[in-house]
Formats: sequence, structure tokens, C-alpha cells
Amino acid sequence: MLELDAITAGYEPRKPVIAGISLSVRPGESVGLLGPSGCGKSTLARVAALLHRPDAGRVVIDGTEATGWRHRAPRSQRTAFGVVFQQPRLSADPRLTLSALIAEPLRATGRAAEAADGAREFAARVGLGEDLLGRRPHEVSDGQLQRACVARALILRPRWLVCDEMTAMLDASTTAALVRVVEDYRADSGAGLLAVGHDRVLLERWCDRTVHWSEPAA
Amino acid sequence: MAETAEKTQTAGNTEMAEPAGVAWRVRGMRRRSTRTWRIRTSAVITLAVVLAVLLVPPLVHLDEQAVDLAAKLQPPSLAHPFGTDDVGRDLLLRCVYGLRVSLLVGVVAAVVATVIGTAVGAAAAAAGGRVDRLVMRLVDLFSSVPHLLLGIFIVAMFRPGVWPVVVSVALTHWLSTARIVRAEVLSLRSRPYVDAAISGGASRMRVAVRHLLPGVLPQAGLAAVLMVPHAVWHESALSFLGLGLPTHQASLGTLVQSARGALLAGDWWPTLFPGLFIIVPTLAIAGLAGAWRERLNPRRRSELML
Repeated sequence: MLELDAITAGYEPRKPVIAGISLSVRPGESVGLLGPSGCGKSTLARVAALLHRPDAGRVVIDGTEATGWRHRAPRSQRTAFGVVFQQPRLSADPRLTLSALIAEPLRATGRAAEAADGAREFAARVGLGEDLLGRRPHEVSDGQLQRACVARALILRPRWLVCDEMTAMLDASTTAALVRVVEDYRADSGAGLLAVGHDRVLLERWCDRTVHWSEPAA
Repeated sequence: MAETAEKTQTAGNTEMAEPAGVAWRVRGMRRRSTRTWRIRTSAVITLAVVLAVLLVPPLVHLDEQAVDLAAKLQPPSLAHPFGTDDVGRDLLLRCVYGLRVSLLVGVVAAVVATVIGTAVGAAAAAAGGRVDRLVMRLVDLFSSVPHLLLGIFIVAMFRPGVWPVVVSVALTHWLSTARIVRAEVLSLRSRPYVDAAISGGASRMRVAVRHLLPGVLPQAGLAAVLMVPHAVWHESALSFLGLGLPTHQASLGTLVQSARGALLAGDWWPTLFPGLFIIVPTLAIAGLAGAWRERLNPRRRSELML
């Protein structure tokens, strides 16, 4: 169970972007979070993935309350989340090749021995050809790079997935392919999903349940 | 069908031959060729200087301190291409030895300053919050004192020699590097790929070494190279003021300083050649660094001027 309880968060003190928001995702459930741009849904996703410390409120992950965010969160808690961001260009280190990018979480958690095989396996899952794996981010398209980012998010087999506008930069066929990849992974592993977006049609088809925010900081 | 194809072709041709476009392209090419010319000249001069400074002392067995009072203050000739100074020492040889000392001081001081600046800037950015603000205000405070003055204070505490000058130049020149590195780290740190690394389980150390440092190094390296000419000028300035190296030791600053008297008597060569040795190699190094900066960030062309 992933529980967000009365979360207040923002980037400046006394100017919260979201105030008192609660949301919970059951294991294996997919929840879509819909809202206009600027309403704070990405901030909530970052709080949930332990990437942004809220000013108030609790995050409970599988019964354990999170006490630290970013580097202060224990590694096992951080890696329980696979995060996919909106802009693949910004979320990929420009110096790494795609195979290094996909395998980076394995190396960072001391499993470098599995890196090469893992990168190949997950690249195949997201539909990236072997010939692309040696390229760097500037040598591939946005869609191909986002596939690599999804592979990176899945490689540690997280129990929770947070997709922050994952498909906003992509064409319809890549969107369909990546949603299929995420859904196949969830069917395999029983992971829960928090998908943030503004595309109502997509999220309502994709997710078991959608939450609508109409007002900023509602 | 054929008609339309022909039409689009002619349309394409006229577009290609548009006078404004051609003029623009020619101007672009001319600018590029002057730039290549500048880079080549800078590279040749820098290479010549480095070779001279490294090879002349071990290969040419001439004493740059050898006094020949019979040949004092001789104008340039075949025997002494740069002339001789007021005690008959060969100026070409002294200029090469002087450049050697000045460049050594410049390079060591630039490297030390860059290391200090990178460490302080990165630490401030990493710590953030109150520490960051305090450190950067201290940097501002240091910057508000003219750095030549601060450098003079520092050399004045030691006996004249090479290392006090290095310390003085290094300790007064890390400030700008600290600012650059801090800004760079702050900007890199907030990128989503750092978030992705954290979520992938990377430790602080791994984020710093694998994702942040490689992004900062080009900037820091560039700052170091750009600082070499500046440090050489500082060495010359300190020595010219009589605070840097002891006067018998040839450096570009001491050479110009000891030539002042001769200049009043109308002997121009003891000042001119060391002066050229200060200006030309440092501008060549700065030119190379400028080309590097242009490659690193083409949008910052306007900052190229040194």
C-alpha cells in the first residue's frame, strides 16, 4: 500500500503548491492523476517517489512511514520506486550510452556484474534494438530515449511505478507501446502505478481509477 | 504533373540563389576563416613557447646569468638577437629563462587556484542553505578587495621567491572559479537525471562522481587555462613592483623592472622584448582557451574577449 496522507509541499516556504492532499494506491492498482498544468500533480508524484520532501504530511510505503527524502531515504526505499519523467532529454545523463543508462541503477546498487545482461534484457522489453544501445542520448529520438528511461525505471524490478507525464512528448504509437510495456511489467510483478498526466482519455483507459484535480491546490 | 515539378524546381533554385542568403553565408565563411587563422596562430605560438621553455635550458649550454661588462647594453645584433642588458647578459636567453619561470608560476598558480575554487564551489553547492550563503558571501567579501592589493599583502609576508608568488596568485584567483563551479553544480543538481539516479539507488558520492563532476570538469579546466595568462601577468606585476622574485632571477617581471633605467637613456630593447614575451604567449594561450570555450558553449560568443 502506498499512502500519501495530508501532503503539503512546495518549493518556497509558506507558498505550498499542494496543501493537505491525500491519495492511496493499493498494490497492483493503477491510479491516474489528472489535472491542468501547474496544479501540483508532478510535485505530488515527486513526493510519492521520495524525490521531494513535503513540508507536512506522511508518506507510508508498504506499512513503513518514510522518514527521509532523496539521499536521506534508505536505498531500499528509494529503489522500491521506478520513476519515469516527462522529458527524456533532461532525465538522461548526456554522457552515458543507452546501455549504460539502462544499467546505471544496477551499477549504483552494486550489481555491476548483471549490468550487461540486464541492459540487453530490458532493452528488448521496451523494444530498443541492440544497435541503439551503443549510442548516446543525442543520437536517438525522444521516443527511443524514453523507451530507455522506462527500461531504466524497471530494471531494479520496483514494487511501485511513478510515471510523471511519461507519454506527453511521444507520438501515439510509442505511447501505446510504452503503456503496454508498463502494463506487461505490472501484470508480471503486481506493481502499483501512479500515473500523472493531463490526457484524460489516455489515463481513463490506462488506469483502474482516476483522480481529477480541477482547482490548483484543491 | 511535369509542369508542377518543374515549377517547384525553379522555385527551389530562386530560393537557393537568394542574394541575402549568399551574402550571409560568405560573411559566415569569412568569419570562420579568421577564426581558424586565429586558432592556428595561437596554437603555433603556444607550441613554440612550450618547446622553447622545455628544451632550451637542457639543450643549450649557455649561462643566462653570464655577465659580460664589455658588451653591456648592446642593441640587437646577430650575436645577441634581442641585445644585451646593463651588465651584458644576453636578453634572448634571459627572456626564455624568464618565460620559463613566469609560465611555471602561472601554471602552478592556475592549477592550485582551480582546485581550491572547484572544491569551495562544489562544497558550497552541495551543502546548500546557510553554509552555501555564508561561503558565497565570504567569496563576495574577498572579491571586494582589489586582488592585486591582496596579492601584495600575501607576498609581503614572505621572503622574495617563486613560491610566495605562486601562493599569492593562487590564493587571490580561486574566487571566480568557485562561483562558476557552484553555479554549474547547482544547475546540474536540479536536473531530472539526478532525480533518476537517486531513485535508482545512487549514493551521494556516486551522483557527485558519475553525474556532476564530469559536467563541471570542462568548465573548471577552461577556467584553469584562462587563468594561466592572468597569473603570468600577476607574476610580472608583482615582480615589476619589486615584491615578487629576487631581481637577479630572470622572470618577465624582473626583466622589465631592471630595464626601466635603460629605457630613460633611450635603450628600448631591454624593455620591448620582455614586454613582447609577456604579451604574445599569454594572448596565444588566451586565444586557444577562447576557441575551447566557443566549442564548449557556442552561445557565449560575446564572452570571448579577454
